[in-house]
Amino acid sequence: MSVLAIVRPDSWNWALLLHVAGAMILVGGLVIAGGASLLAKRDATGTLWAFSYRMLLMIALPGMILMRAGAAWIYDKEGWTGDGDPAWIGIGFTTADGGVVLFVIALVLGGFGLKRVRRGEGTGLLRASGIIALVLLAAYVVTVWAMGAKPD
Amino acid sequence: MDFSDWLLALHLLAAFSLMAALVLFTAVMVANWGDGRPQRASAFFRVAAIGGPLIAAGAGLTLILGIWLAIDLDGYDPWDGWILASIVLWAIGGATGGRVGAHYTGTRELVDRLAVAGDEPNAELEAKLSDTNIRFLHAITVVAFTGVLILMIFKPGA
Repeated sequence: MSVLAIVRPDSWNWALLLHVAGAMILVGGLVIAGGASLLAKRDATGTLWAFSYRMLLMIALPGMILMRAGAAWIYDKEGWTGDGDPAWIGIGFTTADGGVVLFVIALVLGGFGLKRVRRGEGTGLLRASGIIALVLLAAYVVTVWAMGAKPD
Repeated sequence: MDFSDWLLALHLLAAFSLMAALVLFTAVMVANWGDGRPQRASAFFRVAAIGGPLIAAGAGLTLILGIWLAIDLDGYDPWDGWILASIVLWAIGGATGGRVGAHYTGTRELVDRLAVAGDEPNAELEAKLSDTNIRFLHAITVVAFTGVLILMIFKPGA
């Protein structure tokens, strides 16, 4: 792996930058959304429920799009075909594509949840959205480790 | 997996921790712009507190593990130009980020004091949360650490 990093062609760099920067934005958005959701119970102003959902929508979602686009770009450049891909690529695809499904569920639940909170009908859906954000965050921490350590 | 793989994985996790904290601080800063309501600001400051350990651990470990990696890997040395440039940018980001952090630590004390009395907008708080010098310093911090990320990927001269 270390040798691969040293000999990586320069033409892969932009794709890798897009992938890594997008992933960092995604992780940042999930930290905020999950953290704000956990702290929202003690917030008498109700500010943090809306903040949690907005961060999911305005930061984590664009980050996820950039990360996934960068992943597809560099996967193509590195010439992987799906046959005999290493384990770390499988981990990446599983959490990226599986994560999209969970992410969409979190966005839908959060969107309905925000409307319910504004009508004074409880915070259950927003809480569920925040929990999904934290589950995704945990999955992406493992993925970041796999992208760095590149286990066989 | 060998020792270098573990070093790189932990270095990468530390970098994610650092950048996630910068995303968090930026979001909270933007959310607080032009608003002087103490209880609202107090809620945002509680979220921002998550970023404290993230940026402290992230900044420290990226530097330590990065230098360790440069020593450990045959292809790199700590005195390579792109690594030295990264360390300079890291120091700039650390210095400006430290000043921004000190500003918000002081502001938090004001927020805590005002929030006890209610959520009426306060002009002094609004001014502190909208300080353009602090925004500028934060922008330098973000640009500096983004520059480190670019250098880590492009490795000019390596």
